[in-house]
Amino acid sequence: MNLNRRAFLKLSGVSAASAAVLLFAEEREALARDLKASRITRAREVPSVCPHCSVGCGLIGYVREGQLVQVEGNPDSPINEGSLCPKGAATMQFAYDGVGRPNPLRQLTAKIRRPGSDRWEEIGIDEALDRIAQRIKETRDAGFVEKNADGLVVNRAESIAHIGSACIDNEECYLITKLMRALGVVYLEHHARI
Amino acid sequence: MPGLGTSFGRGAMTTALWDVANADVVVFMGSNAAENHPIALKWFLRAKQKGATVICVDPRYTRTASKADWWIPFRSGTDIAVLGGLINYAITHDKIHREYVVKYTNASLLVHPDFRFDDGLFSGWNEATGKYDQATWAFQTGPDGQPLADPTLEHPQCVFQHIKRIYAPYTPEKVSEISGIPVAEFIRFAETVCATGAPGKSAVFTYAMGWTQHTKGVQNIRTATILQMLLGNIGVAGGGIAALRGHANVQGATDLAVLYHDLPGYLGQPNEGHQSLQDFLAKTTTRNSYWENKPKFLISLLKAWWGEHATAANDYCFDYLPKMATSETYSHYDIFQSILDGRVKGLVVVGQNPAVGSANARKVQAALAKLDWLVVSDLFLNETSEFWKLEGMNPAEIQTEVILLPAAGPLEKEGSFTNTHRLIQWKHKMIEPMGQAHSDGWYMVQIGKRLKQLYAGSTAAKDLPIKHLVWDYDDPNNPDEFDHLKVLKEINGYDTTTGAPVTGFGALKDDGTTACGCWIYSGIYPEEGVNKADARLRAAPNRPDGWTEARADGSADYLHLGWGFAWPANRRVIYNRASADPTGRPWSKVPLVWWNEAEAKWAGVDVPDMLPVAPDQVHALGVRGDSPFIMKPWGLGGIWGPLPDGPLPVHYEPKESPTPNLLYRKQGTIPTMKIYDSEFDVWGDPQRFPYVATTYRLTEHLTSGVMTRTLPYLAEAFPRHFCEIPRELAQLKGIRNGDWVEVESARGKVRVQAMVTNRLRPLRVGGRETYVIGLPIHWGPKSGHVQGDITNTLTPQAVDVNVQIQESKVFLADLRKVEVGG
Repeated sequence: MNLNRRAFLKLSGVSAASAAVLLFAEEREALARDLKASRITRAREVPSVCPHCSVGCGLIGYVREGQLVQVEGNPDSPINEGSLCPKGAATMQFAYDGVGRPNPLRQLTAKIRRPGSDRWEEIGIDEALDRIAQRIKETRDAGFVEKNADGLVVNRAESIAHIGSACIDNEECYLITKLMRALGVVYLEHHARI
Repeated sequence: MPGLGTSFGRGAMTTALWDVANADVVVFMGSNAAENHPIALKWFLRAKQKGATVICVDPRYTRTASKADWWIPFRSGTDIAVLGGLINYAITHDKIHREYVVKYTNASLLVHPDFRFDDGLFSGWNEATGKYDQATWAFQTGPDGQPLADPTLEHPQCVFQHIKRIYAPYTPEKVSEISGIPVAEFIRFAETVCATGAPGKSAVFTYAMGWTQHTKGVQNIRTATILQMLLGNIGVAGGGIAALRGHANVQGATDLAVLYHDLPGYLGQPNEGHQSLQDFLAKTTTRNSYWENKPKFLISLLKAWWGEHATAANDYCFDYLPKMATSETYSHYDIFQSILDGRVKGLVVVGQNPAVGSANARKVQAALAKLDWLVVSDLFLNETSEFWKLEGMNPAEIQTEVILLPAAGPLEKEGSFTNTHRLIQWKHKMIEPMGQAHSDGWYMVQIGKRLKQLYAGSTAAKDLPIKHLVWDYDDPNNPDEFDHLKVLKEINGYDTTTGAPVTGFGALKDDGTTACGCWIYSGIYPEEGVNKADARLRAAPNRPDGWTEARADGSADYLHLGWGFAWPANRRVIYNRASADPTGRPWSKVPLVWWNEAEAKWAGVDVPDMLPVAPDQVHALGVRGDSPFIMKPWGLGGIWGPLPDGPLPVHYEPKESPTPNLLYRKQGTIPTMKIYDSEFDVWGDPQRFPYVATTYRLTEHLTSGVMTRTLPYLAEAFPRHFCEIPRELAQLKGIRNGDWVEVESARGKVRVQAMVTNRLRPLRVGGRETYVIGLPIHWGPKSGHVQGDITNTLTPQAVDVNVQIQESKVFLADLRKVEVGG
């Protein structure tokens, strides 16, 4: 579909008040015009759900030759019946900033900031995971409370905390709960508390 | 959500968005759905289209207010006074749905004769410990253990007489004096809402963070549940409490217990007072309700976690679970206090930005700088991973090691979300993760595998929970992903002998022959290869404008039972038994469920929320066939609902308030509120900080903005931070639209631009003019395409005793114009 300014506003249902502050770069409009409706022809439809608020609007991703070419509201979803709000309508930008260009703010590598340093350094994913596991073990072992003052077994890893997340999938949340409780973590929280 | 759980038995939205179209009255209070849940608003407006009155009770004239029939401005933090006034009006004007109240709720039960409520305090208050002893809040029971009741509701010790007495002072005049709502307007509001107390009429109350972010957040919600039960509005078509949750999967993350106090499926996290499995079950199982099955659910969870190592002989590894100290809480704000106290040394943060999103943000940032290490998994850099770059930080002095993992985006992974009405929907992967990014689930699996290796040689008892953990989630087809369906199957539950999935939680056992990761989700994967979260059978439209509406003959599948899977057991409107009268005949205008006499079973448009027992029979679990709240004792809705801060909600002022409590002289604020002891936890008074400030969200952004200020469309759509100021106050302070202003609370200052509007009005409170100002919360100084000051610099860490949510919806602030600015 043609994601020009008018279409975006219509799609997102924003009011005239915010239309006044919604200014698109000329460049992006020109790019979008060129693509027109042809963008989704021969594309594979992949159903998903909007990652922003809790309403659960259906999304359809259009994928052609491994490339995501468009994300729209799923007209089959009985929740949103094809419509999306401004946040939902912008979900493709989690991957692409405009058309075909990766969102430049995405972090695509693992990084470490060492004690006392004022900059990030790149590290490999495996190295990062090894380091994380090591630090969890050493901190857990140093601060573990196996028994309380009365001699009762309590198995608390009080020196480690985990926060998040209501933005990730159920299966991921389950893995977090399971691993953290097995470690003895009691400081376990996510967005619901705030 | 203990507010809903205490009243009804389950901490979740009672209805489905599709059903709110059946409401006669829609009340938005503590919710600005038009901006925060924009697409959901459509279903409420369909109610309006069908003739419903839509009312928006909000300090600000929001976009929701602009779509409502009627906007009622009031002072933030006075919700219980207003709702208590409605309860009083319903009782004194005899608007209650009496048969519903008598048969379906605990209103007729007799409370301990020594129960008292006196000038803001309930009996049992202990000043020294700061806690209530709840002994005098218990029900009276007979020799058979059954509760004593008076179905006439006249006994002076019955619940109904207590609420009648306690809310009697909540007159329209008193409500007006506290909230700023004029008396005549309040009476009109009360008449409109209370008209739904008749059978066949319904009202839905809709809330979000506007009710939760208070020191008495749970009691705000409790007040609405009591009113709704008195009016007979729960479990009926068009009724209910629509709790609109914040994030995409906040319901799911809560169900799966990424929370200190719980285990998946609301089984509760044991504390050190629970020294054996039997002891824990004996002390925490709610009797005379469906919760009698809790042993099956907990033992199945332990089997899912520790597999063959969990046996009857070792209490199914119950010892492996950490036991909380009875004297402590481990909540979000406790984490940061405990870092400052030197107890917590390492922190893992996944998809969250507490340096911006948490109240008293400067305290949170200072805590991060005291950590030994911090791991952050996110799509983008944010103020939490880069806290060491924030203003006032000296990186050379900060010893925290920070590791950043690049997270796969929402379009780049498989998995399910649970939406606000408990609907679990599957998401398919659109594209491969970008760069070296991986899903958070894969990271967790990898970290778990590494820890198992690191502990492989240990024989210490403390390491057995890791060594014995069932942790085999590799995807045989993709080394860079985990096996999602294997996790889903474990959540659903399976037979430990055959490995076959169980068909639902009714099949779970307490003898170790079943495993189940989250019993309420059971049925989502009922057989190998069948993923009900991915079900996409939508009902056929039956209106020319393309949607499916309820029909009086029950012929329309307007709840879309074939689309996704809702917990529990695919029910869409929970407590739907209450939509039928005690004999099982629907008394709502459109039917949800009914007793089918011929076939001797419950049937319905929805999956009946009832045990298989006839209306005039009693189920073996102690629940009667005419009692709809099967998770509550005797199946009765909890109008009376003991919680740490009281059995009933009463009005208290916020921690920071411009006025004394006009109802209770001795007790200004809620006595159980928790505050912290640090140099950052400081408080303002109305002389120094004369204005009431509140915080909120905008359509174009989400919470700390990391998921929206990073997307160019949204950054452009709403680039700048601002403070909304009533025109009258702006005139007083010489502030014009667009001027830079400094907003200051006892905890800090922010600089933002002034938005001078009529959307906030001066209110007459306690005989004085009171101004409310408002700030959105979406900006931070480091992340995204557009930046701004952190609103949470101003907000306090004064928290509710039940859920430890902060009071960011109301605090005191000062405001002044500044000449320079960004």
